[in-house]
Amino acid sequence: MEALLTLDGVTKSFTQRQGTRRQIQAVAGVSLAVGRRETLGLVGESGCGKSSLARLALRLTDVTSGRVLFDGADITAWDGRRLLPVRRRLQAVFQDPTASLNPRMTIAEVMAEPFATHGIALREKLAPRIRELLSFVGLEGIDLAKRPAQFSGGQLQRIAIARALALEPELIVADEPTSALDPSIQAQIVNLLLRVQRERGLSYLIISHDLEVVGHVSDRIAVMYLGVIVETGPASGIMGEPLHPYTQALLSAAPTLAARRDPAWRRITLTGDLPNPAEAPSGCRFHPRCPLARARCREEAPALRQVDGGQAVACHFAPVETRARGIDIGRARIGMPRPSETSSNGGS
Amino acid sequence: MILSVKDLRIWFGEPGAELTAVEDLSFEVAEGEIFAVIGESGSGKTLTGMSILGLTPAAARAAGSIRFMGREVLNRPEAELRRLRGREIGIVYQDPLGSMNPVWPVGDQIAEALRAHGLADRPTAARRAVELLERVHIPDPHRVARAYPHEISGGMRQRAMIAMALACGPKLLIADEPTTALDVTIKAQVLELLAELRREMALTVIIITHDMGVVAELADRILVMYAGKAAEIGAADVIMRRPAHPYTQALMLSAMMSETAPKQVLRAIEGTAPMLHAYPPGCRFHPRCPFAEADCRQEVPTLRPYGEVALACHHPLAPAVPGEPQPAGTG
Repeated sequence: MEALLTLDGVTKSFTQRQGTRRQIQAVAGVSLAVGRRETLGLVGESGCGKSSLARLALRLTDVTSGRVLFDGADITAWDGRRLLPVRRRLQAVFQDPTASLNPRMTIAEVMAEPFATHGIALREKLAPRIRELLSFVGLEGIDLAKRPAQFSGGQLQRIAIARALALEPELIVADEPTSALDPSIQAQIVNLLLRVQRERGLSYLIISHDLEVVGHVSDRIAVMYLGVIVETGPASGIMGEPLHPYTQALLSAAPTLAARRDPAWRRITLTGDLPNPAEAPSGCRFHPRCPLARARCREEAPALRQVDGGQAVACHFAPVETRARGIDIGRARIGMPRPSETSSNGGS
Repeated sequence: MILSVKDLRIWFGEPGAELTAVEDLSFEVAEGEIFAVIGESGSGKTLTGMSILGLTPAAARAAGSIRFMGREVLNRPEAELRRLRGREIGIVYQDPLGSMNPVWPVGDQIAEALRAHGLADRPTAARRAVELLERVHIPDPHRVARAYPHEISGGMRQRAMIAMALACGPKLLIADEPTTALDVTIKAQVLELLAELRREMALTVIIITHDMGVVAELADRILVMYAGKAAEIGAADVIMRRPAHPYTQALMLSAMMSETAPKQVLRAIEGTAPMLHAYPPGCRFHPRCPFAEADCRQEVPTLRPYGEVALACHHPLAPAVPGEPQPAGTG
């Protein structure tokens, strides 16, 4: 598959402002590729570095090391003017449209902005083009003179998507596109994102903490924990047979409604809090919370290894020691009986 | 019944220009159950919860009746309500950082709850605070008791908030979106904690949320609210197996995305919940309802018994009696 966007060993470090001036690696050597017409879902919790990764992919911040390639071109060091044609092909949608759309602008101005930024003078064709884009996202006939505050969150997210589509991008990076919305509106936006892809043939990098959303929209999924990718593979594999203990815990934490009503269902509960990125543990970064951890995990960071079916996992003991439990969790998640009872690590 | 709400109405504004946020709301909560109030922004679910504690915004007016353990608590004097709050009804908010005192150590805040109600002297209260932190499974409770709210993690703060709510041994715990701000794995820990507390302390819990996953996991009974009114009330097992109100079904479907074939269109409901000042006539859900007919646009559906649930809908999805032919719209 020809990759449209490639992140090759990207790292992003920040220096802590106060006190020790420690280096914090928000993203620690991540390699990912998004193919044409493909959706890559990136899932992780607070502080895992997924939003930093989105900013690197969008070239909104510079990498500390590693490379960013778009359509084969190494754009890692490209600056404003040179990056402009890439920006046209690579658009973003963020979590909170009330923050990402300028509150002082009218919707007409919001929608006209991308054309102006890229020096595209549509003149008398601008207004019909804006109308067409807004109809496409289900907002036909809205009052273009209104400002963002006069719309609901769901409508604003539609406007943000329409704006992202204005320049006919090839890739949209969407950072938590549904997280600020009510549940019935989330489903609408998921449907819209799917329709946009079907009809426009573009690619997505969709970043979210929400496994329901990521599991539904993605072709492939990457799971991020404390700056590193711990598991990646086809969505069906990650959701159905997770092999990394962290992926397993994530899926077990948020199972389906049917599993939650099932009295026999037991969750794998991770003990402890999410670690502070400034104090990343040695060896495998997940080891302090991992039910399988032993001496080797504290010393040696596991590499992301190909296992099977395109799934890759960064765990010393996967898949040998994790597969049976992965199958259990995949089945329990959708409320199916387990073939084995291996989840003796469950509970807290 | 530990709590019984009857004909509750909550409104804002002056006579003649009233905006009604909660209307015709009646429900009962049995002792020892987890009762979930589910709804989206603007459904009136939080106002309802807060009205039990007399904590509605100053501009809000309320009528009807809320009886807690046989006593009327609606529109009672503040001094009386203050004895109730914390002592007999504990409360947990979505954002513990916003509802804890930032310049007070966590342990002192828990101890203060005990002392304010005259339940313990200073040393006893301090000891009790540590025990409570231990009860909610905070590792190293002595350290956390001395920490300020910002020095501990979000998950730890939510546990501390629950410890505080439990300090005086309340009969009822009202939890308003207790897990919404938390990460997936931390949210799971708090859900497990709430289930355990109910099991071991025979606590009655009202949980207010928009998250069907939380409801599925914890609730014994459910009240589904839409645009200030009850859409459906009943046992969680019944409603989650077979929702009768199209809105309940829509909420469930949006929590079941991963059960739809990957990348296929979800059965989403269109539109947005109406604003307070623009409630539509008839059934307030009708503009978004895929099954709406002429009567839905004109007649307000009243909440009435329907099979095993109480339902406000002219054209329910599920049959009232299992085994009856399926009505239109369930396929």
